[in-house]
Amino acid sequence: MSASAIQLKTLQPATVRPWGKWSLRAVAVLYLSLILLLPLAAMLQHGFSNGLSAFVNDVTNPLAWGALKLTLTAAIAMTVINTLLGTLTAYVLVRYEFFGRRLLNSLIDLPFAIPTLVAGVMLVVLYGPQRTLGAWLEAHGVQVIFATPGIVMALLFVTYPFVIRTVQPVLMEIDRTEEEAAWTLGASEWQTFLHIILPAIRPAMMTGALLCFARALGEFGSIVIVAGNIPGRTLTAPVYIFGQIESQNQHGASAVSLVLLVVSFALMFAVDWLQRRRGIAHVAA
Amino acid sequence: MSQLETTIATTDFVPHSRVARPGKLAWVLIGVVVLYAAFLLGGPLVAIIGGAFASGAGALWRELTSAAAVNALQLTVLLAIAATIINTLFGLCIAWVLARDKFIGQAFINGIVDLPFAVSPVIAGFMLILLFGRNGWFASWLEAANLKIVFALPGMLLATVFVSLPFVVREIVPVLIHLGEEQEHAAYTLGASYWQTFWHITLPNIQWGLLYGVTLTFARALGEFGAVLVVSGSVSRLTETATLFIFRSLDDRNEVGANAMALVLALISFSILLAMEFYKKHQRGNL
Repeated sequence: MSASAIQLKTLQPATVRPWGKWSLRAVAVLYLSLILLLPLAAMLQHGFSNGLSAFVNDVTNPLAWGALKLTLTAAIAMTVINTLLGTLTAYVLVRYEFFGRRLLNSLIDLPFAIPTLVAGVMLVVLYGPQRTLGAWLEAHGVQVIFATPGIVMALLFVTYPFVIRTVQPVLMEIDRTEEEAAWTLGASEWQTFLHIILPAIRPAMMTGALLCFARALGEFGSIVIVAGNIPGRTLTAPVYIFGQIESQNQHGASAVSLVLLVVSFALMFAVDWLQRRRGIAHVAA
Repeated sequence: MSQLETTIATTDFVPHSRVARPGKLAWVLIGVVVLYAAFLLGGPLVAIIGGAFASGAGALWRELTSAAAVNALQLTVLLAIAATIINTLFGLCIAWVLARDKFIGQAFINGIVDLPFAVSPVIAGFMLILLFGRNGWFASWLEAANLKIVFALPGMLLATVFVSLPFVVREIVPVLIHLGEEQEHAAYTLGASYWQTFWHITLPNIQWGLLYGVTLTFARALGEFGAVLVVSGSVSRLTETATLFIFRSLDDRNEVGANAMALVLALISFSILLAMEFYKKHQRGNL
């Protein structure tokens, strides 16, 4: 008690320099307000400036509604695939030694580094209708580019690292002795995974899945290239918003924007909550 | 995403005792994982190299050395550097406030820093139009001052700054917290000023994390497309970035040009990834 009081006393004259602290605070708050909050406020004001019924009309018109539905469906399909395969990838990377493991581990972050537009161009080059692979697939009745599979594939690419990179550190922290205990008690690898590992990584899987999903809702660069943007069929919500801005229908654009924003904010809050819970669990352990 | 980037730093070090010799089932799992990665990452990467050289190396070179392509690349690099400098300076300030300061409203700042991760780039660009566009909040004010923000370079810079804002903050805050304040307090008690303490004590300690954050910011800024597309209005080639060049080339059915520029951006991303691998090793050495 007395020791810490002394410590505080010696530190205080040096650390409390009000003007320095206050100016840094002011800079941080002002910068964030100008760059982030002001645009957001303009968006909110514009979205509801014609009244609530106009807003509802703008969201429920068939094209806008179809775009929102497509975005949600594609995002859900992608999230399921990448959560399962991402968890598997993390498990394999942490558990097994095999040729190329380090290379694979480095390549996983590639989608974070590659511009999403470039990802779209890559997919068109690979699966476009004039390409050998694309033509072959089309001959067998599978259309990738300018169709929903292309959208899902673009989303799979851009969100590939999320689940892997959230699950991997948790897997590395799991106490190996618990697993070994399970094995010595006769559990199979699958049983061990199901009863020991899965409960431990489930929050991380959830976090990764939510991050994937939130990212997919707003994805534009890769999709605008890959989807063909046929209204009512392959037009996603961000591309719809872009089209409305270009054709000077700002209210149509802001209504759908607000819907997307609300959903992504809710998801970010959920992620934050999950991570905080994980943080508390860590401290407890 | 934010916390994610920091965890990346720790994930490629696997203690040896944990790594098992694969059994039969394991080889199946490894096979699935490698095939999926090859399908998702490998295929497109190989395809873009093939696509760029489809009409020969000469055509590729002609496209890349055309005035439009060179201008686009220059503008992209300039915008990315400017956005990175702005977000590094303000990012350091915000990170310090989050890690070292204590006041009401800190949680609020912490919450809104991640905002750009939750906002679609198209919406980010649209917000700037709502502020600075023809019927925007500041329209009359801008007109009086004869300033043009949207459909011009300042708007593109603002859009790039918006989307790349969180990276430096998110990389630095955990490093600052991990570092603790003892060394800084020691410097203060020895009579060092804020600035001296930052320059001689804090900065050397956070340099690798900072470099990592700066690189991420730069990569994000370099590849930004949606937000810049909306605010550039793609009216003139003077305001065309590398990604916009690709988009217009595809519209003009100039596939060789689009593929060539896509390959250049992919190669830059690749080197950025290599640089980050390098930082990771150093960061690990430091901790």
